[in-house]
Parts: sequence; C-alpha cells; structure tokens
Amino acid sequence: MIQSDVKLDTLGYFCPMPIIMTSKKIKELGLGQVLEVLSDDEGIKKDMPAWCQTTGHEMVGLEEEQNGGKPIFKAFVRRVK
Amino acid sequence: MSQTQLEPATALAELQETKPDKVTIVVLSGDMDRVMAAFIIATGAAAMGMEVTMFFTFWGLNAIRRKGSTSKAKDWLRRMFGILNKGGAETLPLSRFHFGGVGTRMMKRVMGENRMPGVPELMQTALDLGVRFIACTTTMGLMGISKETLIEGVDQLAGVSTYLAEARQGSVNLFI
Repeated sequence: MIQSDVKLDTLGYFCPMPIIMTSKKIKELGLGQVLEVLSDDEGIKKDMPAWCQTTGHEMVGLEEEQNGGKPIFKAFVRRVK
Repeated sequence: MSQTQLEPATALAELQETKPDKVTIVVLSGDMDRVMAAFIIATGAAAMGMEVTMFFTFWGLNAIRRKGSTSKAKDWLRRMFGILNKGGAETLPLSRFHFGGVGTRMMKRVMGENRMPGVPELMQTALDLGVRFIACTTTMGLMGISKETLIEGVDQLAGVSTYLAEARQGSVNLFI
C-alpha cells in the first residue's frame, strides 16, 4: 500500500481528462507530497509515467484493483517541483 | 574561496523550466472528429508542460468562429459561401456518418453519456491551459471571415512565416 496525501477521482473520464485534472491538482500539493489519482481508463498505466517523465514529477507507483470485473487504477505521483 | 556548482539534475530541470518543448498543430480540417483529435493532443501536451500553438486555416477556421457568424464580405460569392460554410465549435460535422446531422447528434449523445468532452469543452480547456490560437489571414480573406466573427481566445492573426518560425523550434509538429 502506497500512502498518499491528496486523492483525485477521475473515474469515468477518458483521455486526456485524467492527465489534465492531474496537472491542475498537483499544483495544490506541497513539494514532496503524493497525489493519488483514481482512474478506470486503462491508458493511465502508460500515460501517467509518460506525464511524470515529461513534467519532472516522480511516479511513485501504480496499483490495480478489480471492481466487479472492471479494473480500477491508482496512480501515485510525488510533486517534485 | 567558495565555488557554487550546479547539480546536474538541477541544471537539467532549470533548462527544461526555461525551454519547454514546443508543439505546433496545423488544423486544416473542420470535421468534428479531426478537430477533436487536435484539441485532445493540444490539451494533453499543455498538461505535460509543453508550449502549444495551434494554427487554424481553411475549414479549421470554423472551429474558432463564433456560432452563427456570417460573412461580411462585399462580393456576393463570398457572402454566399459564408452562409453555406457554417462556423462554430458546436456545429462541426463528423467526417463520416454525418447523415445530415443525425449521425453527428448521435455521436455527441454517446460522448455525453460517457462523460467525454466535446469540441467546445476541449477548446475551453485548451484556452485555460494557455494554448495559443492563431488564425490564418490568407484563408480568412479567401473565405470572407472577418476578425470580429472569431472567438475571443484567438491570440493573433498571421501567415505561413509565423507558423514556420514556431514549427522550426517545435519538437512535435502536426498537420490535421
């Protein structure tokens, strides 16, 4: 289990909304804090690491859960700058 | 004697801070699906911290025209053209299965049910994220589109040199 400071619910949103919502939300965090992004868009598995690589934030990890046969993803991002 | 040295990681971060990646997108098409793709890439790139400029030309201009705007051109040919060629982000047709508007309406309904943003919403998001909109003056003149009939967010009116000056600094340049 990865600990997070702030949660962001993007369930039901498709690309590019989870990334756009993340880029807005991360500004509300303090440096070093971890944002947990909840998403049911499979693309987040690749998109969030790519977003982190480009923006310079740290991809802490990704958890996958099953919710009634449907996968739900939790991406953890640490604000670095 | 003291020396200040930059950490390599800091130096890189600072460099990226001052020189973000540039993305340019030429939007020639006025089809809803194609314009949507352009805005999805634009908003995604802006969210990734890239500097995005979109150039609207030909049918693409319809996306940044006010809804219901008509041509104020003096000659009847261009005025007629302005009536036939409707503007407004809400009124763009699908490139396939438009079926006189029925297909496009159905697609919009499906998108709404799935919480997918349409062209107007994506366009507003792009503006909020600081994406720059540039309208091509040549095609504006050709199609009888005046400055006043474009939406407020249009950053500037320009031509091919402006596009090329931006594109040569761009790491991603798309034509849609």
